[in-house]
Amino acid sequence: MSDNWIEVGSLNDIPKQGARVVRTDKGDIAIFRTDADEVFALRDKCPHKGGPLSQGIVHGKRVACPLHDWKIQLDSGDAVAPDEGCAASYPVKMQGEAILLSLTPNEGCPNKQ
Amino acid sequence: MKEKLVVIGNGMAGIRTVEELLKIDPEAYDINVFGAEPYGNYNRIMLSPVLAGEKTIDEIMLNDEQWYVDNGIKLHKGKEVTDIDRKNRKVIASDGTEEEYDRLLIATGSNPFIIPVPGHDLDGVVSFRDIYDVDKMLEASKEHKHAVVIGGGLLGLEAANGLMQQGMSVTVVHLMDKLMERQLDKPAAKMLKQSLEERGMNFLMEAQTESIIGKDRAERIRFKDGSEIYADLVVMAVGIRPNFALAEKAGIHCERGIVVNDTMQTFDPRVYSVGECVQHRGIAYGLVAPLFEMAKVCANHLAKHGIGRYEGTVTSTKLKVTGIDLFSAGDFIGDENTEELVFQDASRGVYRKLVIQNNRIKGAVMYGDTIDGTWYFDLMRDETDISDFRENVLFGQSHLGDSGHGEENRVAALSDDAEICGCNGVCKGDIVKAINDKKLFTLDDVRAHTKASSSCGSCTGLVESLLSHVVGGDHSIAPHLKPLCGCTEHNHDSVREAIVKQDLKSIPDVMKTLNWDTPDGCPKCRTSLNYYLLCAWPGEYTDSGQSRFINERAHANIQNDGTYSVIPRIWGGDTTPDELRAIADVADKYKVKTVHVTGGQRIGLYGLKKEELPGVWSDLSARGLVSGHAYGKSLRTVKTCVGKEWCRFGTQDSTHIGIELEKMTWGSWTPHKFKMAASGCPRNCAEATIKDFGVVCVDSGYELHVGGNGGIKVRATDFLCTVKTEEDVKEYAAAYMQLYRENAHYLERTAPWIERVGLSFVKEKIVEDDEGRKELAERFLYSQKFMQDDPWKERAEGGDKHEFEPLKEVNG
Repeated sequence: MSDNWIEVGSLNDIPKQGARVVRTDKGDIAIFRTDADEVFALRDKCPHKGGPLSQGIVHGKRVACPLHDWKIQLDSGDAVAPDEGCAASYPVKMQGEAILLSLTPNEGCPNKQ
Repeated sequence: MKEKLVVIGNGMAGIRTVEELLKIDPEAYDINVFGAEPYGNYNRIMLSPVLAGEKTIDEIMLNDEQWYVDNGIKLHKGKEVTDIDRKNRKVIASDGTEEEYDRLLIATGSNPFIIPVPGHDLDGVVSFRDIYDVDKMLEASKEHKHAVVIGGGLLGLEAANGLMQQGMSVTVVHLMDKLMERQLDKPAAKMLKQSLEERGMNFLMEAQTESIIGKDRAERIRFKDGSEIYADLVVMAVGIRPNFALAEKAGIHCERGIVVNDTMQTFDPRVYSVGECVQHRGIAYGLVAPLFEMAKVCANHLAKHGIGRYEGTVTSTKLKVTGIDLFSAGDFIGDENTEELVFQDASRGVYRKLVIQNNRIKGAVMYGDTIDGTWYFDLMRDETDISDFRENVLFGQSHLGDSGHGEENRVAALSDDAEICGCNGVCKGDIVKAINDKKLFTLDDVRAHTKASSSCGSCTGLVESLLSHVVGGDHSIAPHLKPLCGCTEHNHDSVREAIVKQDLKSIPDVMKTLNWDTPDGCPKCRTSLNYYLLCAWPGEYTDSGQSRFINERAHANIQNDGTYSVIPRIWGGDTTPDELRAIADVADKYKVKTVHVTGGQRIGLYGLKKEELPGVWSDLSARGLVSGHAYGKSLRTVKTCVGKEWCRFGTQDSTHIGIELEKMTWGSWTPHKFKMAASGCPRNCAEATIKDFGVVCVDSGYELHVGGNGGIKVRATDFLCTVKTEEDVKEYAAAYMQLYRENAHYLERTAPWIERVGLSFVKEKIVEDDEGRKELAERFLYSQKFMQDDPWKERAEGGDKHEFEPLKEVNG
């Protein structure tokens, strides 16, 4: 796990049940905020056909990809069965209202690019 | 301490209930299952194909033993429960095993009925109920030649077919003068008998068995009239009886089955019962279909989720004999109060009969081509009024005012690599494999696992047929009972009603009041609820952007590469050099990759990045252009021809009426997209008769057409009425749109909506009720007061900023 935390914004910058994108030179990372104010970060690329997950509908701890409605688990990045695949997830934490993101993806999912 | 659930019966009903329970509350119980058979749980209805050598036992296993282990269930396999001690709440099996229970589920199924004629206990006399029976028959078929099946019903014929496939000479003995008299009328029974005879099956009709003769095993059968035939194998398939001996012995109230209430509880509320052993509201079902609903309700109650009730099932039957398509449902004989619609084509081997009462389907028999069986069955279960399409109903759903999609009907004959779902590229083999491997039983299951039929839906009939072919039917519940989504038991209509009656004004309100199962819903229900609330409370409800699909949230269409398209409104298809210049300037400035003239007489700019959108809109807005809503479940375009201003055939000013309609209706949200057109004469160059609302100008006024669709399934409009003036056209259009807005289900286009509610309903509200029409139109116009602010301009001026800007840009 990385110690390189970057402040990317504050909780109020993202609507509840919404997401916004952090642009990096290695591609976009989507930062999600659930209805219960939990924050998650995933590679902004659906494992199915690369759809931008940040544009999907956030419900519970899941997001539905806008292209073909795959459901992706926000905490792990895994596709919800019966679909199979994953989007890399990134460490993210709150410091007060500030959202801190690490650009080193969590282990477990090969889809990092 | 977890409570203990004991299940007696390891068949489809009992295990389906356990599966449903595990789905909703896996931690609720310690589960013990007793099964008299020495196997896991298998699909009993598929024993016929096993007997016919078309499937193996492995292929029909639903839950192997590992499944019980994986789910922490103790399976007492091969142990028959002999006593239920209700006082001490335990069950006792034949080998002395005892298990205590807090709740008990009895799913003992049914027993085959054996006619007690002399010789019925000889070796070589079997019933057709389980794997043991099938093994016996397969064994006999290897050594013996003459098989006699007593009983010409569904089961008997499937057994006879199987034995014939195994090389035996088979005679079916039937007491009645026609086969499958509980499912078929005379003509269908005759066609069936004929095709079975052509395959080599023999029949003895109206023959009553007197005795089975033989020394050590069956050799011959003697009939009441004194005649005899050879029989080294006798299969008794004359019917089944609910198996309630155990329950009765334990003092649980039984009549023709174990009597249960709507929550599947017996007279002892700790004891539940499901499947063929029960009697519910006076009915004991001898078919598999009801158990799916029973299991769901029972599991709900076991999980203490409360409100689900089983209210009975309307059943249908299909014969599982390869190459013979036969479907039957409901009352197919009729009486003095019913009428019949019959289609018969002997040389094509097709027969269809519908029994109708008050323009509702009461029953159906089909032989030969059964692809529309599911459709008739749905119409029957939903009690749909068919008067509007009565003249076409016998030809099937694909003849309902539409053309297109000449689909292959006989799925059984298709090869494994035949493409079923053209949208998602799913072949027959993929679907069959998924149904088998994943044990799928409903259309929704197949959609989730294979994506077949999940996009445009035009292959739904084929997928349903495949389900029938592989597992004996689509076991979905009646459409009108289908919940809105997995988050709730409520359906579209009941949710809409509750919103209005209970004054519910926000999505969380609805979810709380109607006891949603999920904390904040799913994409399906949230988008529906957002629309329903918007429609019910115009000016009051605050739109929930996060409950809208991205296109509507961002007011642009997402493309497959994640870029967006921008399509400004071009009123009635009329444009000006200034507008064209404005569009061209934007295209230049933003280096738009593709500029495309759309099917709706507009110009689309494709390939824009999301963060460019506000800038594009700002430029367009400054030159007077507004959003075309080409991305929304909303009014799209009003297509027109130039009409009488230019055209030598034009009868009215169709361009003008088109512009007027678009000015009136733009910005309105609807259950699904809504397209209009106005043609200046019956040559109909604007293609008004495939639009949701179409105007065809005639010399005397304006013909109004509704419910057309040029998309997946081409459907020509239904003619609504003719009106005199432009003002009339506008009033009728507003009223019709409002009726659709208030009545249709979310994501239901006007074409299927009209097929569901009937054109008569629409005419009654719009044409026959002047007062009602005016009120509808007024409600529409009132709602429009809040809808006609250009969403692009708002966002160009900084609205919803977070939607269009990245949170941050970082390096590394």
